[in-house]
Amino acid sequence: MASFVRLTLTEARLFLREPMSVVLGVVFPAGLLLMLGAILILRTPAEQFDGQRFVDLFAPSALVLGIGVVALQHIPNVIAGYREQGILRRLSTTPVHPGKLLLAQLLVALAAVVVSAGLLISAAWLVLDVPPPQHLLGFTVAWLVGFGAVLAIGTLIAAVAPSQRTATGVSTLVYLVAMFAGGVFLPRFLMPKPLAQLGEITPPGVQALLDAWGGRAPALLPLGIMAVIAVAAAAMAAKLFRWE
Amino acid sequence: MSTIEVRNLHKRYGATVAVDDVSFTVEAGEIFGILGPNGAGKTTTVECVAGLRVPDRGEIRVLGLDPRHDRAALRQRVGVQLQESRLPERLRVGEAIALYRSFYPQPADGDQLLEMLGLTDKRRSRYRDLSGGQKQRLSIALALIGRPTVAVLDELTTGLDPQARRETWELVERVRDSGVTIILVTHFMDEAERLCDRVAVIDTGRVVALDTPAGLIARAGGQQRIRFRPATDLDEQLLTALPEVTEVRRSGSQVVVIGTGNVLHAVTATLARHHIVAHDLRIEQTSLDDAFVTLTGHQPEH
Repeated sequence: MASFVRLTLTEARLFLREPMSVVLGVVFPAGLLLMLGAILILRTPAEQFDGQRFVDLFAPSALVLGIGVVALQHIPNVIAGYREQGILRRLSTTPVHPGKLLLAQLLVALAAVVVSAGLLISAAWLVLDVPPPQHLLGFTVAWLVGFGAVLAIGTLIAAVAPSQRTATGVSTLVYLVAMFAGGVFLPRFLMPKPLAQLGEITPPGVQALLDAWGGRAPALLPLGIMAVIAVAAAAMAAKLFRWE
Repeated sequence: MSTIEVRNLHKRYGATVAVDDVSFTVEAGEIFGILGPNGAGKTTTVECVAGLRVPDRGEIRVLGLDPRHDRAALRQRVGVQLQESRLPERLRVGEAIALYRSFYPQPADGDQLLEMLGLTDKRRSRYRDLSGGQKQRLSIALALIGRPTVAVLDELTTGLDPQARRETWELVERVRDSGVTIILVTHFMDEAERLCDRVAVIDTGRVVALDTPAGLIARAGGQQRIRFRPATDLDEQLLTALPEVTEVRRSGSQVVVIGTGNVLHAVTATLARHHIVAHDLRIEQTSLDDAFVTLTGHQPEH
């Protein structure tokens, strides 16, 4: 147990020393929303935004951005790197199973996105008057299964990628798809309807986050899809994981 | 009971036989060398000993334990330094030590270990900022942090400069003096000759010789090579007629005499009798390099 605590603390420290992950994954989502909110027209209710403000609609997408950076950029890169550099193998010569290192890594990722979401939600609330998620239970569940699904996919990529380079390449592709569907690049209300609907079923499921943030209970089917993706991808990652 | 017993180890990867048939025993307190060219099966052999790989055939006992079934117990008592294994780039030396200490019930004192390895002033350095020698020493420190009874060191000095290699050798001797039995995998002759009490020479998955370094050299014939430049013309027949001499060669103005036994005395006495002055006379003993070539038919790699 002491070794697991030490492993987790060490991995947390190492995460904090990765400027790209910390800046893009933890700080940038809140920063981006604040920057956009600095533009008057984007924080004024408007007809084309359905009578809402742009920042209200974009906040969940900023959340998706943080989840994507941590689960689809940081995690596959670090885990595949640990395998490639023989760090997992080195650990398997000690009494500690290398699986514990992966678990520690996932805990750190969870902590990072929790902080990222906390920063974003408070910044939106305090600075831009975006009320905090109104349907708290629905939001928490949507966020957890959504993050779980993305994290499991990131881990699966790391599990089977033959090299760190491949892991980074594949995960970047998946990241771009997830960000697009999550409305990070192009606000979803500007998309044609079929494309916008992608955001309902593509992990982490931005529509459920948007609904719950605004106070509506998220639809069950997309949540179920996220949960199935999370469990299936995690099980495959565990089964297929290449230790060396 | 020997500290390590390996009997008829066989391991293949698909169609490739990595280890064909390897047997040896290592006694407590020994530095036991496994020497051989690249691809001979050295690393696979010690990986089976360390419990990282499961042999296809054969029996292994380490401290009386079976690496396959008593993995947990073995991991507490065997420290391993792997070839080509790194640490996270941004991990600091002190953090690596603290982390690996937490893996063992009764770890060694981290400060003492760093002191012994000359890394005390590097405690705050990140792994990526260490030199090759410092990385290697840290790797040894991590192999020793659990107070192992047996340490497996694989290609310890590959990639190190001569100074760092000598320092690492001294370190290995100090570790042995502290009571640790060591298996050392190497493809460097000088390293095996300098450090090992006994050496198993492995080639294409088999042990071709197992002896002390001196024993291996003697087995290769214990030949001596005498070089000199005769001041006046020399009739080679004078030397080839001597029973101690096996061969006489010319290389430019130099004469090279190869022979056994008291060949030096025989040659110099003959030269003196014929009033031939020998300039630049040098004598070369057979080295482990020569023994290696004789035993395996390969040139050693440098």
